Amino acid sequence: MSLLEVKDLVVEFPSRRGVLRALDGISFTIEKGEILGVVGESGAGKSLTGAAIIGLLDPPGRIASGQIRLNGERIDQLPEAALRSIRGRRIGAVFQDPLASLDPLYSVGAQLIETIRTHLPLDPNAARLRAIALLEETGIPAASQRIDHFPHQFSGGMRQRVVIALALAAEPQLIIADEPTTALDVSIQAQVIGLLKRICRDRGAAVMLITHDMGVIAETCDRVAVMYAGRIVEVGPVQDVIHSPAHPYTAGLMACIPDLETDRERLAQIEGAMPRLDAIPNGCAFHPRCPRALPRCAVDRPELLAGGATQAACWLLAS
Amino acid sequence: MNEDALVRVEGLSKTFDLSPSWLSRLLRGGAKQRLHAVDEVSFEIPRGTTLALVGESGCGKSTLARLLVGLHEPSRGRALFDGQDVHQTLGGADAGPLRQRVQMIFQDPFASLDPRWTVGQIITEPLIEQKILAPGASLEQRLQELLAVVGLSASDAKRFPHQFSGGQRQRISIARALASEPDFLVCDEPTSALDVSVQAQVLNLMRDLQRQRGLTYLFISHNLAVVRYVSDAVGVMYLGRLVEWAPRARLFSDPQHPYTRMLLDAIPKLRNTGQARTPVQGEVPDPLNPPSGCAFNPRCPHANDRCRTERPLLQGTPAGRVACHAVAEGRIGVS
Repeated sequence: MSLLEVKDLVVEFPSRRGVLRALDGISFTIEKGEILGVVGESGAGKSLTGAAIIGLLDPPGRIASGQIRLNGERIDQLPEAALRSIRGRRIGAVFQDPLASLDPLYSVGAQLIETIRTHLPLDPNAARLRAIALLEETGIPAASQRIDHFPHQFSGGMRQRVVIALALAAEPQLIIADEPTTALDVSIQAQVIGLLKRICRDRGAAVMLITHDMGVIAETCDRVAVMYAGRIVEVGPVQDVIHSPAHPYTAGLMACIPDLETDRERLAQIEGAMPRLDAIPNGCAFHPRCPRALPRCAVDRPELLAGGATQAACWLLAS
Repeated sequence: MNEDALVRVEGLSKTFDLSPSWLSRLLRGGAKQRLHAVDEVSFEIPRGTTLALVGESGCGKSTLARLLVGLHEPSRGRALFDGQDVHQTLGGADAGPLRQRVQMIFQDPFASLDPRWTVGQIITEPLIEQKILAPGASLEQRLQELLAVVGLSASDAKRFPHQFSGGQRQRISIARALASEPDFLVCDEPTSALDVSVQAQVLNLMRDLQRQRGLTYLFISHNLAVVRYVSDAVGVMYLGRLVEWAPRARLFSDPQHPYTRMLLDAIPKLRNTGQARTPVQGEVPDPLNPPSGCAFNPRCPHANDRCRTERPLLQGTPAGRVACHAVAEGRIGVS
């Protein structure tokens, strides 16, 4: 049994111009201790997928159909009170902007201790010791003094470490990290990625790492899911998706990323832009931009098909 | 000294006074505080080439860009554009030609376009404002030319910025910058807010424009992979100072300064998946309270007593310039 199983998830936003379908039939699994990357461009639905799993969809967004199972148990229909006990206790979250995740009026220690005591039966002193241990584990120097400092007294990288400590406070089995390093400088980004990887390995926690940065995915993840216009277009082991992508969108995405190893006269381009939610093309959502589109692509929507080591939603694999 | 340099920066410095007010200093005590955002930076950009400036947040690269287009007044030193002192000229009577020849593109295409103006108004404003329409050409005609150059359609002129995606907005910014036929474009993180597929479109467009029009770019970015694609030469900044300058190929194949090496090492690579990188130590220090000697010394694996006391100067090497005692003394082996 997978730790997390998402099946045919559909998220909709009712609007004046009709219902917008922001996630359209997302299915994937995360195994225990696995790091799954979710990559895609803005508006592809990566963050929304994470928000749906932890029950933090902004109204009027709602799960229209599909299932989310944690350890086999459905969590997509739970009442808010039951969800609150899962959030933090069994699923931790790390967001892009650490300053927005921390309350500026409380010391980081107070926030850590509150989180720990909400989820674990510890007295204040034991919770404080645990908070210090967590800060030490996330690499904050002089943790026993820093615990009484306020968020504004920490630098961006240090704040993100505090947020990771908060996410880990109740030993969750799954951490959803939504662009955890995007707001950080490269040298700090490397430190935070290293930390996330090490901690998950040590504690056996699984991670769903949402990012737009393929380099971060390549260094961190075991498997990766590529999203486009609210759908997963390709999913598979990181090495295979990066080096031999099966879906033309993944191939295009890989080709347009400038890298440090090769000199290129010109970057490859994918013409056009991702469609808006109210104008998602019929059939394969990528077909108007696809250099290899078949007549069928404009009519039938492809499901995920096996293509080499990865699975891709592309009719090219069926022929 | 390169005779064909279009832009020459000589000992340029910008200090911001962040002191509390005179009265509050008197009542509560506390010293004057000065932030050296840009400190003694010198470089040249030959005509028709791209100099990229890289560095982490707070290294002074955006302040430098603003100094070059006259948005800040330099504290010391000067920036010369085609032999003219930028700051003096812009403050003088004949600022017009210089304003036309130097333009800037900003990072956030959502903030740099007026939401109440149509795209046509945005692009033609510099033409009207600076009265620089070629004789006989109509404004409408020029607008259509500019839209075509950046790959937008003629009908887009009547639409408003919010009707465009980020990449298209950045094309509008580029069209506006090109309206006055500039020679020199200062681009401050022009693709950082864009998705990778859109970034590729914009970078390719910028490169085509440079070839067709012989533009000179100062390209500011924190992304070394993008810099590798666009630049001819690269300057690396740390805490307001230029720590290394080198032609592009040399910088990437043989970085000298320990900070440059660290930056290159810190970038996640696509090709060697799963491989652990050398962990980078520490963070950028507080710029109000910079370390003595070389500003990088607390994070540098090669730092010794000299690095902690004596500030290294930018020195020429056979293949560039670098400000590092360890490199000068030969303490660091060739990587």
